[in-house]
Amino acid sequence: MKMKGRLMLLVMLVVAIALGAVSYYGIGEDGQMSAAQIKQGLDLSGGVDIVYEADQAAVTEEEMAAAISLLQGRLDWNGWTEAEVAKEGDKRIRVQIPGVENAEEAIQQIGKTAQLSFADEAGNVLLTGDMVRNATKQVGAMEQNGPSAPYVALEFNDEGKQRFAAATASNIGKVIYIIMDEKVISAPVVQAAITDGQAVITGQFTGEGAEELASLIRAGSLPFNLNVIQMKNVGARLGADALSAGIRAGAIGIGLVLLFMLFAYKVLGLAADWALLIYMGLEVIALSVLHVTLTLPGIAGIVLSAGMAVDANVVIFERIKEELLQDKTLRSAVKNGFSRALPAILDGNVTTLIAAGVLFFLGSGTVKGFATTLMIGIIISMFTALVITRVIVKGLIYAGVHNPKYYGLRTK
Amino acid sequence: MKIIENRKIFFAVSVVLICIGLAAMALNANAGRGALNWDVEFTGGTSMELDMGGAFENDTLEDIVREVTGQTSPQIQQVIGTNSVGIKLQSIDSEMRVALMDAVTKTYPDAELTEANDISGTVSGEMQQAAIKATLIACVAMLLYISLRFRDFRAGGSAIIALIHDVLIVLSAYALLRIPVNQSFIAVLLTILGYSVNSTIVIFDRIRENKSAFQTGHAAEKINKSVSQTLARSINTSLTTLFTIGAIYILGVQSIKEFSLPLIVGIVAGAYSSICISGSVWYTFLPKIEKGEKA
Repeated sequence: MKMKGRLMLLVMLVVAIALGAVSYYGIGEDGQMSAAQIKQGLDLSGGVDIVYEADQAAVTEEEMAAAISLLQGRLDWNGWTEAEVAKEGDKRIRVQIPGVENAEEAIQQIGKTAQLSFADEAGNVLLTGDMVRNATKQVGAMEQNGPSAPYVALEFNDEGKQRFAAATASNIGKVIYIIMDEKVISAPVVQAAITDGQAVITGQFTGEGAEELASLIRAGSLPFNLNVIQMKNVGARLGADALSAGIRAGAIGIGLVLLFMLFAYKVLGLAADWALLIYMGLEVIALSVLHVTLTLPGIAGIVLSAGMAVDANVVIFERIKEELLQDKTLRSAVKNGFSRALPAILDGNVTTLIAAGVLFFLGSGTVKGFATTLMIGIIISMFTALVITRVIVKGLIYAGVHNPKYYGLRTK
Repeated sequence: MKIIENRKIFFAVSVVLICIGLAAMALNANAGRGALNWDVEFTGGTSMELDMGGAFENDTLEDIVREVTGQTSPQIQQVIGTNSVGIKLQSIDSEMRVALMDAVTKTYPDAELTEANDISGTVSGEMQQAAIKATLIACVAMLLYISLRFRDFRAGGSAIIALIHDVLIVLSAYALLRIPVNQSFIAVLLTILGYSVNSTIVIFDRIRENKSAFQTGHAAEKINKSVSQTLARSINTSLTTLFTIGAIYILGVQSIKEFSLPLIVGIVAGAYSSICISGSVWYTFLPKIEKGEKA
């Protein structure tokens, strides 16, 4: 028995140390699963979050794709490569730029109306974006029996057709620049005069590259404007302060809990603390592996679920104390304590899960972050409070820590 | 513990606290500031938070804001004990925000924008609806769960009354302390709901377990004993949660303070309601024969 108990404790010790090491250093060279890999929300990293909406009742998928390419292109050209662009609903686009220094400049840069033009080598504008009727990615052979390759097909309106015919006629063998926001996005060489308003741009395109170029050209003739309907800008300093304060507060708060449990429940408290440390390790790894974006309320969610983890142990330990007072043996007291406390613990966690679940599905932004960490935390904490603590307590008893006094019995 | 015997005192304390909160809401509404301190997330508009970098005059700042934006009633509020200030406006665009910051830094060169929010009417309307929907769905879901779990409408009903009590106390705190009501408000409410139900269930579970130990007509003793048996748990759990949330409140930045303060109020209210209110309400609902009174 003593051997078995020591073995159980040893395994738990190894688990705790391993989880601690993994959550701190991670696995492999890029530190997978470590705390450093957890993605930070804009309220922690600082940055801007903007939601644009097309000011037109019906917007096609193609038009939205073009608008997204435009925003993506502008972000790339300005060096905000960390930025993310995502479609929301039918006609909204959310842009997130972490760590941007001058947020207002960024907002104005990416939000302006698209300026697409075609120019010759001397820089003279030949025609403008509104004369392009459509631009699409196509795949096909460029010459007879040639290999199939992606290319971009352009279609002009009547005015564009005439202008393009004149432009190509006088620029054969030369380059025509396609310019978006003063940035050359394509520089095809004119091979022949094109008079039917149907041009193709070929080159070493990948499918994606052709799609991107077509989208950008389409964005030059978007029939709608993108209005900012929501904007949030968090200064980088505030974000950094928020993160360090959050981590410090979490560490101090959890430190206090560890001490409190040790004083209030002695040996049982040690088991709970041990389980709580394992919980922290598992939580960090879960956040990292599940690619959860950590927000400030998210940190609060983690801390709150740590409190819930301790609660489960408190319910169990109070039960064990009562059982001991009724002269039960230590082993049966522990057994009954765990089994009798179970329904109450399950109920409590289920109701909190209901609240967190509703927040997750209906909330947005930071509230979602809170709900996510709370849910993950509750699930992990149930496991550590019920299973891990139990193994440790049993291990301690088997290993020879028998005196009921250490388990909270005061009277005898 | 003589919980049941003192139930009228407990009820009175709660009613008084809630009335103070309601009165604060009425007074605020009368003063034209809104019953609660609605954030732009729910009303639409622009909010900016500035670190002024040193001492400043509220009135001077207000004049600058009026002049640049042309708005007659900007709300300007200093964060107590800091050089930070919050400005709430009708929605202004990026150009005007830049112009405003330029004007502010002309007078206060060390001023720095720490946070800015701009919410259009469409989005604030959607957020309002989502918030109401989330709260209602969560309440109904918990109600269903509690009724299923207890199969006793008296127990379920008392748990719900305790919940409503906690929500009202937290609302009072929002009204009295003028804590901004935004998305976090919903998160706070639902967390408190979950937390409070949890504590109440632990006590009610015990009451049910003690059923066989007491004869009919001794409901007061039964409830008192159950509350006493779970008292250490109720207090210890609230303490450990308060340690963590308290640390976050004391050390956190402004936005997280606004989130953790009502949570602290809610956790204390939840502990109080589960110990002093929920069992007492259940007792009030019981038929006379179980109370040991003559029917």
